[in-house]
Amino acid sequence: MKGPIASGAILLVGVFVFIKYLLPLVTAPLPASLIYLYMTLAFSGIMLYGTMSASSLESLMGPVFRFLSGEGQSGTGKMARLAVLVLFPLLVGWQTYTSLAPSDLPPGENRTIHPAPPGEFVGLANPYQNNEANINMGKGLYAAYCSPCHGANYDGKGPAAKGFNPPPANFADPGTIAQLQESYLFWRIKKGGVGLPVEAMPWKSAMPRWEVELPDEFIWKIIMGEYDGAHQSPRTWEEDD
Amino acid sequence: MKSANHIRQSNVRNFLEKMPTIFKWVSFFSVLLLPVIAMAAGAETKAMSVEYRDVPGIGSRNLVWIVAQQHLLLAGFVLGVPIFGWVCEIVGWRTKEARYDKLAKEFTKLLTSAYATTALFGGILLFLLIGLYPKLMAYLTEMFFPSFLVYCLLFLAETATLYMYWYGWDYMQGNKKAFHIFLGFLLNLFAIGIMIVPNSWATFQASPVVVGDGDAWTRAWMAMQNPTWWPVNIHRLIANVVLGGFIVGAYAGIRYLLAVSREEREHYDWMGYVGNFIGVFGMLPLPFAGYWLMREVYQYNQQMGITLMGGFLAWLFILQAMLIGVLFLGANYYFWMGITYRIPGSENSYKKPIMAMLIVLLLCLGVWMTPHTLVASLAEAQKMGGTHHPLLGVFGVMSAKMTVANIMILVTFMSFIMYWRAGKQETAGWAKAAKAIMNGLLAIAAIAVIVLGVWGYFVPAIIRINYFSVAQVLIVGFIMVTFTPLTALLLKSAKTTTEMVWGQMPIRAGYCLVLNAVMVILLMSLMGYARSSSRVHWHIYGVMRDTSEYAFSPALGYAAAFMSLNTFVYCLLVSFIFWVATLGDKAKAQQAKAEMSDIPGGPPAMAGGAPSSGEKFESGILENHK
Repeated sequence: MKGPIASGAILLVGVFVFIKYLLPLVTAPLPASLIYLYMTLAFSGIMLYGTMSASSLESLMGPVFRFLSGEGQSGTGKMARLAVLVLFPLLVGWQTYTSLAPSDLPPGENRTIHPAPPGEFVGLANPYQNNEANINMGKGLYAAYCSPCHGANYDGKGPAAKGFNPPPANFADPGTIAQLQESYLFWRIKKGGVGLPVEAMPWKSAMPRWEVELPDEFIWKIIMGEYDGAHQSPRTWEEDD
Repeated sequence: MKSANHIRQSNVRNFLEKMPTIFKWVSFFSVLLLPVIAMAAGAETKAMSVEYRDVPGIGSRNLVWIVAQQHLLLAGFVLGVPIFGWVCEIVGWRTKEARYDKLAKEFTKLLTSAYATTALFGGILLFLLIGLYPKLMAYLTEMFFPSFLVYCLLFLAETATLYMYWYGWDYMQGNKKAFHIFLGFLLNLFAIGIMIVPNSWATFQASPVVVGDGDAWTRAWMAMQNPTWWPVNIHRLIANVVLGGFIVGAYAGIRYLLAVSREEREHYDWMGYVGNFIGVFGMLPLPFAGYWLMREVYQYNQQMGITLMGGFLAWLFILQAMLIGVLFLGANYYFWMGITYRIPGSENSYKKPIMAMLIVLLLCLGVWMTPHTLVASLAEAQKMGGTHHPLLGVFGVMSAKMTVANIMILVTFMSFIMYWRAGKQETAGWAKAAKAIMNGLLAIAAIAVIVLGVWGYFVPAIIRINYFSVAQVLIVGFIMVTFTPLTALLLKSAKTTTEMVWGQMPIRAGYCLVLNAVMVILLMSLMGYARSSSRVHWHIYGVMRDTSEYAFSPALGYAAAFMSLNTFVYCLLVSFIFWVATLGDKAKAQQAKAEMSDIPGGPPAMAGGAPSSGEKFESGILENHK
């Protein structure tokens, strides 16, 4: 097969096969929203490149327009055109119906993982010195209270982790605690899942409300231990903090 | 032929005849202001007890939202256009090329038309705020009253300067041009003042500071110097240039589509190119300015920073990435079409670099648009082990976003350099070496930006923000400031192999310019909402709580519908203003229609319009030129 239409179609199919079937061989499958996004980008790229000049436009769209206009068609060509003109609207209708029809599946979630903390937790600084003794104490407390879910390696793979959906946070991931200030962690540990604000709907967090069981001192030290153990640093605004 | 003296007298007379227009407008606004003065004088005690008023049906917040957005967008255009209009005039003055002066005058014509509407919306917004939010306005007046006076003075100075600048254009030619240029400078100076003074009121609402003792002037000055004031000033200044550039481009695009004479087609094709260039030129530093603003917001208040970047407003930044992506693609697409259409025979030589640039842009966009927290069904989330994808989740944080933004800026800049060099052959002996150095530098810069981006995942956030991100910006900036003069030097002695032909662009180029303008308007509406919403239920963050019935953040879908409405209304307004401004050109167009036979294939078809009978289908789908 030759020509820009065939090349474009092959490219689109290639991109789809790669992100839908090949990528999941090495990592988790991509959600449909992301696949749709990447396919839109690939299609846009083909259209932009194919309409860059008069000759490329003619090569890409010329056959399409000629086919649809029915100019000089007879026999099989005419039937094919008729089939497309009938089937395409039906396809659009089917797609519209399936996307709007009531379903027993829950809708895709747009969950806010890191909602803004309440005002009273903003700007709090860890009152305990960042020294070896405090870090070790924090790690000990972490091992006792946190590691069953968040894992001994701070990777969210504790023995109890499989029982939760969504799973416990992976602190070793640079996209989690490394993006946050210590005061944020203090709030989340102290208030737990039940302390999440409205914007964090659907409030899916099994995090206990640790203020019931642990004094503030323990929580601050656990935070120190977490950062040290996960080889991450809290977000600060001063380099020497 | 008229004598020079006669022309001068005629210009003076014309200038004086137009002067009463100013007084008409002043009288008009004075009459409009009377009820406000009366209201302020008589309603002092009542205002103390009334905190809010509502508007039935639409609601006070929605009404203020629409009017404020229209005012801001109009003001963005009115403050952005004089900057590049003035630069264009200087270029024309120094190079003695009349077309630049003509273009600058055309920019200013659009400016004068939009100016009165901007002021009108400013007035309406003021009335609404005083009437609907008396408690808030009383507080702000108490805090900022001296700056209100400064603002009024600046507005008067701006108005007077604009009228002298516009109506004196033809009169102040020749040896009077220097004074006209000086007026242009004053116009911009006052315009920047007009922008930054109200910015301080809005930024104080978002990031208020403790105001100590002192007289009214001292206290107002202290309140003005809040942490987000200058970041917003710089961000808006650049954004106004981008908005102005793309809107001028859209204007040129529409005029190009409607052009009937060859001269018109050439002129508006060129004007469209200049508009797109200005938009792109402003767009290159804009992400850096935005990054600085967000850094200041985060540093000022963690809660506000998280609300914006990680909380319920974070999705707006994914929408922002999509809009910016379309803008980058649209601007580059226009450049690339410029190469293939304006420089005949160049298509094959640039196919490969264009494809490479397009692929890089799309890959970068893919990263930029990938959210940290994905929209996923229950089953999908279970397979991923949460809503963060284990592999693609790394694209969701700032280190990745900053890296791809820098790469996209580099690509866009190189698109422009490629366009600049197209159709020319360097003859300097050192050209080969210079090009090799440029290619080497470009490769090193791209690698350095990517390495810093990846490294950014393994260092504390403060190191990434303070050093790595700044280094990435400096690297890209270095490429721009070295490549631009080097290319200019190379082209100085270059010979032109293919002359650039204006007026040959296809109709989709005109639509592309319109699309870019719509994207930038949507972007400003979107980010205006984000900035305003980040205060959540506070009128003045942490100081004055919103106790009205609208003290909640609207759902994102509702807000998106309002942004679209605002964009639509603004496009209608601008179209109306430009239509009025160009009524005088209609007569000229009628005359030019008679010369239509000059154009092979006739004028370009509008959307849905059938190609003219003379058009050959074989030469290209919907192509209207040879």
